Amino acid sequence: MSTSPRKQNNREKPLSRRNFLKKAWAALGILAGLEFTGAGMAFLWSNKKKTPAGEPSKLLSVGAVGDFAPDSVTPFRPGRLYICRLEDGGFLAISLKCSHLGCSVGWDASSEKFVCPCHSSSFDKVGNVLSPPAPRALDIFPVIIQNGEVMVNTGKPVKRQRFIKSQAVYA
Amino acid sequence: MAELLDKSKQDSPADSQEQKFGLKSLVLHLHPRRVPQAVLKFTHTWGLGGMAALLIVVQFLTGLLLRFVYAPFPGKAYDSIIVLQNEVLFGQFVRNIHHWSAIFLLAITFLHLLRVFFTGAFHGPRQFNWIIGCSLLFIVVAANFTGYLLPWDQLAYWAITVSTGMLEYLPLFGTELREAVLGGTEVGAATLLIFYNLHTSILPLLLFLLMLLHFWRVRKAHGVMVPQNSGNEANNYVAVIPNLVVRELATALVLLAVVLTVSAVFNAPLQAKANPDFSPNPAKAPWYFQGFQELLLHFHPVFAVLVIPFTAILVMLAIPYLRYDAEPTGIWFISGKGRKMGSISAAIALILTPLAILLDEYVISPSAALAIFPGYIIKGVIPLSFLLIFIAALYYLSKKKFAATKNEAVQAVFIFILTGFLILTATSVGFRGEGMRLAWPW
Ligand code: HEM
Ligand code: HEM
Ligand code: FES
Repeated sequence: MSTSPRKQNNREKPLSRRNFLKKAWAALGILAGLEFTGAGMAFLWSNKKKTPAGEPSKLLSVGAVGDFAPDSVTPFRPGRLYICRLEDGGFLAISLKCSHLGCSVGWDASSEKFVCPCHSSSFDKVGNVLSPPAPRALDIFPVIIQNGEVMVNTGKPVKRQRFIKSQAVYA
Repeated sequence: MAELLDKSKQDSPADSQEQKFGLKSLVLHLHPRRVPQAVLKFTHTWGLGGMAALLIVVQFLTGLLLRFVYAPFPGKAYDSIIVLQNEVLFGQFVRNIHHWSAIFLLAITFLHLLRVFFTGAFHGPRQFNWIIGCSLLFIVVAANFTGYLLPWDQLAYWAITVSTGMLEYLPLFGTELREAVLGGTEVGAATLLIFYNLHTSILPLLLFLLMLLHFWRVRKAHGVMVPQNSGNEANNYVAVIPNLVVRELATALVLLAVVLTVSAVFNAPLQAKANPDFSPNPAKAPWYFQGFQELLLHFHPVFAVLVIPFTAILVMLAIPYLRYDAEPTGIWFISGKGRKMGSISAAIALILTPLAILLDEYVISPSAALAIFPGYIIKGVIPLSFLLIFIAALYYLSKKKFAATKNEAVQAVFIFILTGFLILTATSVGFRGEGMRLAWPW
């Protein structure tokens, strides 16, 4: 009788030590797993940021203000955009990526419309939808005009429902 | 192979060594020694699972060869395909085999799913194997999709642009998800590298592991489902070698012959090199996604891209766990009654789906109602409610009218939805011409 509690103690101690070690191993294992996952994510993520398309800002000079006649649409292929100069002299940089599923819209000069070849959405000069399936106006890029030079930030397309006056930029 | 099938040799002790290390033991890792005679009947499984496995091996082997020539960079990819086709001995042929096997594999995997569903092989001990199967189907689709981009021609570039464009309609995280998949804001160098990596290492690895798991679960369930009406043949066990193995070899050889013939006659398509500035008219998603593209023409994007596909996936995964009220029979379409109900619901879908497409194309979409009520009501909540009410009615009527079991009623609903989806896909593939307007294919 007198020995039994001690016996139990004896039996419990190594057991709980073993338990503790087991838990410690498990915790270390989980920690290591998390670290490797984190390192893996960091690896993939940092790589993605370096790709040009993901760059937060990319200023592209498209020409001088005087190069663009009022009421004109000029394609600018390197930036995959159109420079639209409104009748009142305002500038819009319109993305050629269709708002439906992302095809490249073309400017049809005779009918003065942007037409998407993929599913025939069409848009007017300022990018508003004329016929669906496109759900909203074409994206625009921020325009900055400095010392008569027109620059477009092609890293930051801006989504919009429709054209509003405040989107145009003036020299 | 001959000695493998030779029965007389099987018993000679001199061969026991060969049996341990030879082909026989390989076969017996996949198969049990004996199977019920009933499952040998070709029209029970149509050998579809085995065909899928064979085509995956074909893809692995031809893919490995292609990797020696292919360069996953926008400036080089297209040219490397040209070199492959024009300068590499058998280059065009190997590309053709990879191309056609990919299409066969997708079709056959889908048919295998239908076989498993219609013979009720997803019940009981096979429930989880259905889930593994669904994952396999997902990976086969993903492999087809990532492979589609690799030739970097106009077809590839715009199909991937349009398909990933659908992701942008997901609310909240759609744009972010698309950019994560593409590695940028549009299809480019990062996209090609990501797709190439997925296609030639990650997906094949996953496919291989899941396939092992899938086969192991088939063994764990003591082989395939045995049809209830097979009487004696259910209890009459026969040796796998040669009975099952010759049948498998014959099926494999016929399938290989078909794939090789098709590859010798029809070249895999290759259009002009990808040009991000000019889209072709019309630009369609790969054929296996065109059902969804068609859905997008008729439903508000949130419904076409999020609500409907995710419900469909959940329903697929739930199929084995619906608490059925009857034991599976292992017979095609459950019973005579099940077959009849299935034909009726297929016929209904065959009539109603085209009508619904025409109704939307010529009445609802052009109507002024869209300008007044928001799109997600006219082209979302209302048509979806109609569809759900119809499905519920189909379910309860078939249960009442035919005094059907739950198994049979679920099957009728499944056939209805399946037929509808196939018609949507066929409409987009065959009947959508320039500007995605309805047109005759000829
Ligand atoms: C289930 C397995 C696979 C499927 C469904 C599949 C599907 C495809 C498809 C549809 C293409 C486009 C071919 C075309 O139309 O031009 C392709 C291309 C390619 N695949 Fe696979 N593939 C699979 C496995 C593999 C494996 C395991 C590898 C290599 C290890 C591989 C390497 C390639 C390469 C290098 C190309 C580019 C060459 C070309 O486009 O012709 N594939 N694959
Ligand atoms: C890469 C794709 C796949 C391969 C290689 C494959 C392979 C196989 C094989 C060889 C069998 C043995 C019986 C037969 O040939 O029918 C089998 C059975 C089975 N498969 Fe698949 N399978 C694939 C995809 C799927 C899919 C998409 C599903 C369903 C969602 C599925 C569910 C099942 C089930 C439940 C069984 C057991 C059938 C029974 O016991 O009668 N598999 N599979
Ligand atoms: S992508 Fe432009 S209309 Fe579909």
